[in-house]
Amino acid sequence: MRPLLAALLALAAALAWAEPMVDAMRGPTPILEATQPPRLSNSVNDDNRMPRNFALQPPVIPHRVDGYQIDRNFNKCLDCHARGKTEVSLAVPVSATHYMNREGKVLAQVSTRRYFCMQCHVAQEPAKPLVGNSFKPGGK
Amino acid sequence: MLAALKRYWKIIRRPSAHFSLGFLTIGGFIGGIVFWGGFNTAMEFTNTEPFCTGCHSHETFLYPELKQTIHFTNRSGVRAKCSDCHVPHEWTVKIARKIQASKEVWAHLFGSIDTEEKFHARRLLLAQREWARFKANDSLECRNCHNYDSMDFTRQSVRAQTMHSTYLSSKEKTCIDCHQGIAHRLPYIPPGESPTDTPGQAVPKGGSHSFVPPAGLDAEVAALLRR
Repeated sequence: MRPLLAALLALAAALAWAEPMVDAMRGPTPILEATQPPRLSNSVNDDNRMPRNFALQPPVIPHRVDGYQIDRNFNKCLDCHARGKTEVSLAVPVSATHYMNREGKVLAQVSTRRYFCMQCHVAQEPAKPLVGNSFKPGGK
Repeated sequence: MLAALKRYWKIIRRPSAHFSLGFLTIGGFIGGIVFWGGFNTAMEFTNTEPFCTGCHSHETFLYPELKQTIHFTNRSGVRAKCSDCHVPHEWTVKIARKIQASKEVWAHLFGSIDTEEKFHARRLLLAQREWARFKANDSLECRNCHNYDSMDFTRQSVRAQTMHSTYLSSKEKTCIDCHQGIAHRLPYIPPGESPTDTPGQAVPKGGSHSFVPPAGLDAEVAALLRR
């Protein structure tokens, strides 16, 4: 009896060891295998301003920004959204707070700490969230 | 001088004593075809990607920039190569541009943009020359493919519709006024010097290329920092 039990236990252990590890977020594909990457979609490009989800949320970008150059030489966003340009471009002007340094002093150009637009403002993908969200903004 | 000219003129005017009229006409005809074909083939060769990227500066600084843009690779597989934008398509203007470009051969031989520093230092000037050329010919090289009459505004985004129906249709602005830097990365444009004639973006003082990486830094890292 004893050797049989031992053999059964060993088999069970071997089976458990051989069972591939799976991460539920990745779906049924074992961790060691590559998943089929999701298809690329085109980002939202309808120019409809989306409402903020909470009071101080940086507004999201309702248009495509593929290949936009933002470096110290040139900022493609500010090419339309800079306050001196919106009269022609009809774009939403950059908030006046972005022209202030952290001491509150108003500058002639966008503050360097606000220069990289897409650190806070992001383009949108028409994708379904993987996980549901029940976020409710305070005071709303 | 005048005597020599007179002598040559006499030689040209004198009827041929050795060659038959048939040889001269047919030979001249065939020779003409060979010369014309060869001339145009050689000129077309200077419009190809291998030729443009054949020199160090264009291969290292410019070609990689084009590769990232929609004019290089896109869903329908139509590529605008260097010459599609930088050389007129029509023959007469093309020849004029090619003659002008002989000065660029000179610049190449003397290496006026053969290092990254020299290239960045001259980049604004070179860009402004192209912008001026595009402004002068109403963005002809854009319009070779992007025909205003064939543009379906309803297929464009709202902001594109607005801009095109306001400024492009009234001919107040031309393509390059807004669409500069679409196949290249832009240099720092001092306020008021961009094609739109409106102030450019203000970046921290010191200009765009004043940054000098500390000595002894790995060359690759230094190049990244300077970008």
